[in-house]
Amino acid sequence: MNDAVVKVDRLTKHFAGRPVVEDLSFAVRRGEILGLVGPDGAGKTTTLRILAGVLPADSGAARVADQDVIRDPEAVKSRISYMAQRFGLYEDLTVDENIRFYAELFEVAAAVREQRARELLAACGMTPFQRRLAGQLSGGMKRKLGLVCALIHTPQILLLDEPTTGVDPVSRRELWSILYSLVFQGVTVLISTAYFDEAERCHRLLLLHRGRLLFCGTPAELKGKLPGAVLSLASSEPRRLRAALAGADGVLSAMAMGDALHVVVDDPARRIPELREQLGAAGLGFGDITTMGATVEDVFAYMVSRQEAERGR
Amino acid sequence: MVEPPSILVEELVKRFGSFTAVDRVSFRIAGGEIFGLLGPNGSGKSTIIRMLCGLLTPTAGRASVVGFNVAKEPEEVRRHIGYMSQKFSLYDDLRVIENLEFFAGLYGVKGTLFKERIGWALEMAGLKGSEALLTGELAGGWKQRLALGCAVLHRPRVVFLDEPTAGVDPLSRRRFWELIHQMSADGVTVLVTTHYMDEAEYCNRLALIDAGRIVAGGSPSEIKRTAIRGDLLLVECAPLGRGLELIKRQPGVLDAAVFGAALHVVVTAAERARIELAAALASAGVEASRIEPIAPSLEDAFVALTGGHPGGSERAQ
Amino acid sequence: MNWRRTVAIGRKEFIQVRRDPRSLLIAVLLPLIQILLLGYGARLDADHIPVYVYDQEASQNSQALLKHFQASRYFDVIKVVDNYPALVRAIDADRCKLGVIIPWDFSRRLDDAHRTQVQALVDGTDDNSAQLAVGYAQAVVGAYSDDIQLQWFALKGISQQATQPLSVDYRTWFNEELESKNFIIPGTIALVMALMGALLSSLTIAREWERGTMEQLIATPATATEIMMGKLLPYFVIGLFDAALCTAFAVGWFAVPFRGSLGTLFFTTGLFLVVILGIGYMISVATKSQLGASQYALLVTLLPTSMLSGFAFPIDQMPAPIRAITYVVYSRYYVSALKGIFLAGSGVRDLAPEIAAMAVYAGVIVFFATRAFRKSLR
Repeated sequence: MNDAVVKVDRLTKHFAGRPVVEDLSFAVRRGEILGLVGPDGAGKTTTLRILAGVLPADSGAARVADQDVIRDPEAVKSRISYMAQRFGLYEDLTVDENIRFYAELFEVAAAVREQRARELLAACGMTPFQRRLAGQLSGGMKRKLGLVCALIHTPQILLLDEPTTGVDPVSRRELWSILYSLVFQGVTVLISTAYFDEAERCHRLLLLHRGRLLFCGTPAELKGKLPGAVLSLASSEPRRLRAALAGADGVLSAMAMGDALHVVVDDPARRIPELREQLGAAGLGFGDITTMGATVEDVFAYMVSRQEAERGR
Repeated sequence: MVEPPSILVEELVKRFGSFTAVDRVSFRIAGGEIFGLLGPNGSGKSTIIRMLCGLLTPTAGRASVVGFNVAKEPEEVRRHIGYMSQKFSLYDDLRVIENLEFFAGLYGVKGTLFKERIGWALEMAGLKGSEALLTGELAGGWKQRLALGCAVLHRPRVVFLDEPTAGVDPLSRRRFWELIHQMSADGVTVLVTTHYMDEAEYCNRLALIDAGRIVAGGSPSEIKRTAIRGDLLLVECAPLGRGLELIKRQPGVLDAAVFGAALHVVVTAAERARIELAAALASAGVEASRIEPIAPSLEDAFVALTGGHPGGSERAQ
Repeated sequence: MNWRRTVAIGRKEFIQVRRDPRSLLIAVLLPLIQILLLGYGARLDADHIPVYVYDQEASQNSQALLKHFQASRYFDVIKVVDNYPALVRAIDADRCKLGVIIPWDFSRRLDDAHRTQVQALVDGTDDNSAQLAVGYAQAVVGAYSDDIQLQWFALKGISQQATQPLSVDYRTWFNEELESKNFIIPGTIALVMALMGALLSSLTIAREWERGTMEQLIATPATATEIMMGKLLPYFVIGLFDAALCTAFAVGWFAVPFRGSLGTLFFTTGLFLVVILGIGYMISVATKSQLGASQYALLVTLLPTSMLSGFAFPIDQMPAPIRAITYVVYSRYYVSALKGIFLAGSGVRDLAPEIAAMAVYAGVIVFFATRAFRKSLR
């Protein structure tokens, strides 16, 4: 990739003898949103910290914005913006004071700062809260203020560590719409998330599990990895349905949900009539059968279980 | 005869000074049901749970758990409930077995039952053979199942779960919910609080809560079906930014936003909009590769129900 | 070093102090409370000490000496007894704090050698007032004649030091009113600076770790030196303000003489603040927790400054090994400078040894402090 603005090669980091990031390589193109997706302990935060120059790596290479962050972690800091998971807002400072503080650390001229703060605050719907103490904002507002502070020096690369954790869905959408508008301006975004549903919003994904890369590609490519399709059988007794389908031909796995049974089958066209017949014969009622798109979580679970099965062998 | 509800909440109110954290909330949960309270942080979920556990006194209204009034008989209530928080209040420096023994002692599990229940919990959590491990060394998923084991050692009839699987890997999460569905089949009532849309899908019934009020209720599919006025379309086009600008201006479009490499567009009528949008994009030179209706997610439903005021649950503190 | 970033950090820190009741308390109220408590404490136990006298000679000379005691407002001669046991009993029964014994050959030795001795017995249970009593007695005797030596013994709670004869030396005091407050209050400023400076600066880095803002701060281009300078700047200013406040109180309220120049005061105070803030900062970097940091800060500042700096307990009266230790106690030089500035009107030249010692300290601490903090999470 020639236009890569972030390039990571065989990055490794251990804590207390355990690998948290192992042999990780990837590249990010200008103007793309790359999602680091995985559960807690996958190595998302560690990877972002290394790229932001706040944590040294054990081995491997990483270039961010034409700077070697492994050799000179300080050089990268003025060229990017990193937003930590617990974003460093000073709760005893007001919204304006926080913005001013970060602007000055990045040497943003006062006039530029005021102009940009006005625009960013308006985009977040936060203009009325300028004089409020940061500690008195809601969780969603705090994240948005964090983003405003992170964007005040107009960085070309954004590293965001779980910016949407614990945020209400409306604020989450606002955050994403801000990210998309930045990407339209050519900004590159690396974002980590433990929410698998959020992965679908990224242009490309790194699926991480226990410090290792499971998959790298677009959400659509990822979903192609799941053999067959996911069916949803509406039912108030999903567990009984599942018991009846145990060992049925072509059923790869089944998961009881709140008011449905999710079944992964190899060939939906062939299996749907079979399932109807089988359940009818067992005297079990059910509602619609719908074909659902596989979720990122479905694929993740499938990949990890296959990996575990291979290791078990 | 109708079975009495396991949890009954009527017009429950909790005020802290001038701030109303819970505003006339009512719901009833049948025995063996898995009921979810879904809402963002600060929406009042934990305040409701704390009142149901008898830890906070309601300002007004009434609530009972397995027939006991939470305000008048909090001790009775606590004997019949199990509570597992998101932070898993386990002692990291104790061994697995020591944590179980500690909680068994705390709940007054005695005699032959002591060994039996601990054995059961180990079996359930899949931790047989790992009794001597330090709890702090367990991976997230195991720790979570141990926490559940500790919370239900005394065979409670009601279990409260506070964001039980946030951040846990999907396989562990699926195993965990499998256990919860098993408990529910055995007649245990489960009340889950979460802000996590994925977690809510595992509940039989949900109440969406925002700014202390219940804004919608029903099964996950009911909520998804009824919350959005209009239909949801997925539009793939290039360039995306121009497509978005264009679509936003079209009549019959209620909302449009970027979603990954595509657009999510809420329209009044899907079939008509498909044709109209395709024509509009084509005439502006935007190439549309795909326009099709998709099923709304729980998050779409939530946003539609609470999005009337930007910032969702932003309230004066 | 980028001045703009340093000032930005300093301004932020200052706003935080202003909005944090606990920091404000330490910065403003604590100095006032300390100077009031110690100022009054020093005054209250200072006068009308009850005295018993056993005058073995009963001559004109001995009467003249007793008149000096009587005339001083620090002593009340309650009774003159005619035997030693009566004197001891009076002290044991707490009827007096000080017993003065004038020997039978008082006049003769005074005539022969122009040297004689007076014995003083003190109630040693309260070490502080015993020392004060002895100090005043020395002064009274000294005022009568420079050649009379005072021998004193502590009766109750005899300590090693109490059995040694004292040599008298007035000139270092420059405190002819013989008021202990004049001696103690200037030293209090050192205590205030040490406590306030170390407590506030020890919280500064630890607070960022605890509140989770540190990760964000080290992700900015601000250098470690800028972070340190910016964070300590407000406390330096607050420290100088506190010094001015305490000086105003000392002079205006307690009527302590101020004979030196404000310039010298602020110069030496500034040097001392560099040392103290540097120590507090290093503690903060090392502990990463506010509670731990404040405990260490108390340990390394309050203890040596109150016990070993000569602030209340004169260094030359300490046993030799302890006296040796005081040379490494950074605050002794500042205390000594403060007393010089207040009471003797010493200038920068007079205080050259003290200033040199503090400058060495400041240099060493700045050297280590700038290297203490690394911009990394581990």
